Amino acid sequence: MKIKITTKELKSDFAKEVEDRSGIDVKKCYQCGKCTAGCPVAYEMDYMPNQIIRFVQLGLRKEALTSRTIWLCASCVTCTTRCPKEVKIAELMDVLREMALEEGVANPMEKDITTFHKAFLNSIKKHGRISECGMLMEFKRKRPKAALKSVLQDVADGSQLMMKGKLSLAPHDIKGKDNIKRIFEKLG
Amino acid sequence: MSEETKKTKIGYYPGCAITKCSTSEEYGTSVLGVSRVIGPELVEIDDWNCCGASSAHATNHKLSTALSVRNISLAEKDGYDEVLAPCPMCSQRLIVSQDDVENDEKLRKEVEDAIEMPISRNVKVSNYLEIVKNYSMDEITEKQKKKPEGLKIASYYGCLLVRPPKILKFDDPENPKTMDDIVKAIGAEAVDWEFKTNCCGGGFTLSKPDIVIKLTHDILEGAIDAGANAIAVACPMCHANLDMRQQAIEKEYGRKFNLPIVYISELIGLALGLKPKDLGMDKHFIDTDSVIDTFSDIEK
Repeated sequence: MKIKITTKELKSDFAKEVEDRSGIDVKKCYQCGKCTAGCPVAYEMDYMPNQIIRFVQLGLRKEALTSRTIWLCASCVTCTTRCPKEVKIAELMDVLREMALEEGVANPMEKDITTFHKAFLNSIKKHGRISECGMLMEFKRKRPKAALKSVLQDVADGSQLMMKGKLSLAPHDIKGKDNIKRIFEKLG
Repeated sequence: MSEETKKTKIGYYPGCAITKCSTSEEYGTSVLGVSRVIGPELVEIDDWNCCGASSAHATNHKLSTALSVRNISLAEKDGYDEVLAPCPMCSQRLIVSQDDVENDEKLRKEVEDAIEMPISRNVKVSNYLEIVKNYSMDEITEKQKKKPEGLKIASYYGCLLVRPPKILKFDDPENPKTMDDIVKAIGAEAVDWEFKTNCCGGGFTLSKPDIVIKLTHDILEGAIDAGANAIAVACPMCHANLDMRQQAIEKEYGRKFNLPIVYISELIGLALGLKPKDLGMDKHFIDTDSVIDTFSDIEK
């Protein structure tokens, strides 16, 4: 991996911006790599979790925000739990994902994940709770290839779930769904 | 147990995954069934909403916080000091969000404005293992009707019951014991194994099935190699990934597991003499008869 760092990046306030948004001080990290050693998804990532922290330390905004790693983080919080310097790494991934979406630079290779999140949240926005069926349909409509990849498995799951009465077709609307809608309008 | 504790009413926050007609409804069915026998009394919080789960906190912190704390405020409005959220995704989101607004006045104000209610400061959110440990261990022994013979259980906690430990303050994050204690209390053997708090891939079940299949395979293998006859869980996502995906895992790795994945609430229910069907045990993908059949009446 070869990354050329510019003086402009080194002098940028990316780390400060991350700290202001999340309270996470990445300067505390001394790159011991314990987060990476315990990460269950590291084998799938383009950069290791400690490298993502290093990017933030060095002002490498593009590398951090366009990485696949931030999306592949499963939020298991093992890294935060074990960090000897108490850097909240899993929570750092949250804020980097949020910034990547705001700036429209989320890695297109992980579109299955971002689309799933969107479908999930749309269901809450509409009903106040998750309509599993509605969410599945939206995900499959928008990511047909991903759906196709595991289509046999999913169809089997879906039909078996229905047979067991575990997949409801009818969404349940809560009474306060207008309030939920306003929450999304204010903060979404 | 004193009369006062017996009367304790706890606000019940089922969350989306374990309500009737959802993918993990047997968890809710068994939690409620068990509480009717040994308490504490659980009353559903009126008009609760989804906590937002991974999808909210992975993409929008404020939205995630608001969706979570709205439920705590509703619980306070209904007069509860304690809430049970049996799904660890829910309990973790609720507790972390509560902590976030406690430590950030600006966030608190924004969230109060969005949920159109004051944020409660006094409601304690508990996971299912905590509720059993704090209210029901003696009741289980007193009211136990059946005992398992030769049943070896791998207690699987996953991520969200124990992490982040500084905020959740529940059990040892590397080697938790609460579920093992419950398993032992009903007379089963709790096997010592390495995967208690490994991640199953959680919410990636649809968007990244390959990751889920790898991680769940390792967990199943760990349990079998430790000599377990079944894995006990207290999380609907862990259950769905280990139970529903098990045939796909077997196909991918060419190894037959056929390992029942049971909720800890189902095991307690069986010990109390409840019928497997009333606990929702007919809803599993991997047959649970080999677990059920180890239970027989206690001679008193």
